[in-house]
Amino acid sequence: MRLAPKAIQTFRDDFTYSNSPEAIQRFPFPFPEDEYRYSVNIEPHTPKEGPGSAYEHLFDIDEHYLSEMHERALVLKEMPERCLSMPHMDLAGWDMVERVMVSLTEDYPQHFTLTRNGDNWRWENKLLNIDDSFTFGNTGTLPLEPMEYIGRQMQGDFTLLDQREGDLYMDAGIITCPADWSLAFDAGMSFSEWHGPVPMAKDSTIFERALKYLTAIQVGKPVRRLNWTMTINARMDTSPETYHRWGHERTTVTPENVGEKVYLRVELQVLDRMPRSNALLFSIRTYLMSLEDIVTNPVWAKRLHRVMKTLPQALIDYKGLSRYHTTVVDYLAAFDKAN
Amino acid sequence: MQVDQLKVKITAINEVAPTIREFCLVPVDGELLPFSPGSHVVVEMDGGEKTYKNAYSLLSDPRDVSAYRIAVRLQDASRGGSKFMHEQVTVGDELKISTPANLFAPHWPAKKHVLIAGGVGITPFMAYLPELERRGADFELHYLYRSSQTGAYRELLSKRLGGRYFDYDSLGGSRCDAVEVLSNRNLGTHFYVCGPESLLSTVQQVAADLGIPDSAIHYETFAAPKPGEPFEAEISETGQVIPVGAEESLLEALEAAGVEVPNLCRGGVCGQCQCKVVSGDIEHRDNFLSAQDKAAGQSIMPCVSRSKSPRLVLDI
Repeated sequence: MRLAPKAIQTFRDDFTYSNSPEAIQRFPFPFPEDEYRYSVNIEPHTPKEGPGSAYEHLFDIDEHYLSEMHERALVLKEMPERCLSMPHMDLAGWDMVERVMVSLTEDYPQHFTLTRNGDNWRWENKLLNIDDSFTFGNTGTLPLEPMEYIGRQMQGDFTLLDQREGDLYMDAGIITCPADWSLAFDAGMSFSEWHGPVPMAKDSTIFERALKYLTAIQVGKPVRRLNWTMTINARMDTSPETYHRWGHERTTVTPENVGEKVYLRVELQVLDRMPRSNALLFSIRTYLMSLEDIVTNPVWAKRLHRVMKTLPQALIDYKGLSRYHTTVVDYLAAFDKAN
Repeated sequence: MQVDQLKVKITAINEVAPTIREFCLVPVDGELLPFSPGSHVVVEMDGGEKTYKNAYSLLSDPRDVSAYRIAVRLQDASRGGSKFMHEQVTVGDELKISTPANLFAPHWPAKKHVLIAGGVGITPFMAYLPELERRGADFELHYLYRSSQTGAYRELLSKRLGGRYFDYDSLGGSRCDAVEVLSNRNLGTHFYVCGPESLLSTVQQVAADLGIPDSAIHYETFAAPKPGEPFEAEISETGQVIPVGAEESLLEALEAAGVEVPNLCRGGVCGQCQCKVVSGDIEHRDNFLSAQDKAAGQSIMPCVSRSKSPRLVLDI
């Protein structure tokens, strides 16, 4: 049974965000092996793990919906430039509007209803009390540009990648919960340019192969992968723009508070070809789980310990874990006595 | 979440030029997807003994989901596909098509789009036009054809585009001077070529002479696989040996033998069908692998490329 969205909790200041036992149970734990290996790990985005899982639908709506929409509005109010779309990406924005509205209506009919009469559309989002009528494809009939309009109603971050010259370009996006990257910085960059900072990227053919694969993704055949890092406190917005608010928090981890303060941050990334524009929709759905919630699952606790213990130094540094990595390993060791 | 092949029904067939027929395809059940200009579909034809699979550009308005239209030129040396479409397919027949894929999309940030079509190569541009018009883009179309064979839609185009349309009927002695078309263009002009290999190589040569960068030249050449000497393909893991006839491609032979290979364009462009080669002498005919890859001789694009040696051993 899928959970109904609960009342608004916070991802800043007093950090009231929490996961219910059901949310813990459906957490997309990202480690299939005891050792973390750098790989493309892409698979078709088809349902797995049964009803209610994070992989059941194209877009996952869960108990944190209202909290995340509230947080997104706070970020955009303060920093409107966290949502950008170049003029040639308008059609891609409409592609996204259609893909989201059709999927949500099919997958969550209790919350969302799309009624179509030719290009005259009516969209009801009962969770946010939205009831708008507009003309599909006519940006003037929406209160906001299409990508921002629908992006403000979706959990997770979104970019729309324009495909040209066999490459992908980050020409539009709504990014309010990034794992330390900036849309304003990456805007207009090509695939290899925005992956420049990744360790080993230069010497590896992984990105070349990944790009060939991504540019060939077909309409109606979305793919997904998981990515991960760690975050101190349940902070969604770990962006370079707000680094002064969260960077120093990495020095506050102690053996006493590590379980509640350190969060495993998992991104369920989905890539989906947009039919009209040929753009690639890249959705980054973020899940935050504290270590003390993770260790309620003995298999995860053991696995995470082994992964963290064997993580290469370059990745520890790249993911920003250097300050508290040892404290995390020591904490997890208690759940993996044999190792 | 996943969509595979679509079943469509032919609702109309029109002769739009002496050697070109246009087919109107509507979905048998469900809906068609909107598509992006420059998209193609792979049409699967059940020819009894042989299944033909040919890629055709969609030429209808990309936002019209009621029907797709394709145009098929009867090839002089048809390997079966275009002949089948012209001679066997009738109104009411059902065909299977792939979902649309795009290897020839407009470069939207361009300041100006110059479209150059040769013969049946007009088809992808038919789908470009509505979107270019909707965006108010600056563009022009140069259409080269021989009216005894091709030249589909020319009256319609002339009327619709007015001064943005340039017509060259070689039968009427009208020749297109590529130097003139490409010269003195403003920065940000992009060129799109769809037509025979000779048209593309002319444009590429002129562009190189004028110093126009490769990145401003976009092209689509779905060369149908050309025949060659017969050879054998061996699958290294299973030892299975598959004969490849003179008239069929390696990809077709593999498929006929039940070996599935992912593919999109079937014309040496998209790179999806790339296979590892363990041994054998490859005759590369694709536009995908780099010169370096080709020289290394460890990969083949089985949709168009063949073997020079009697046997090619593949790691699939």
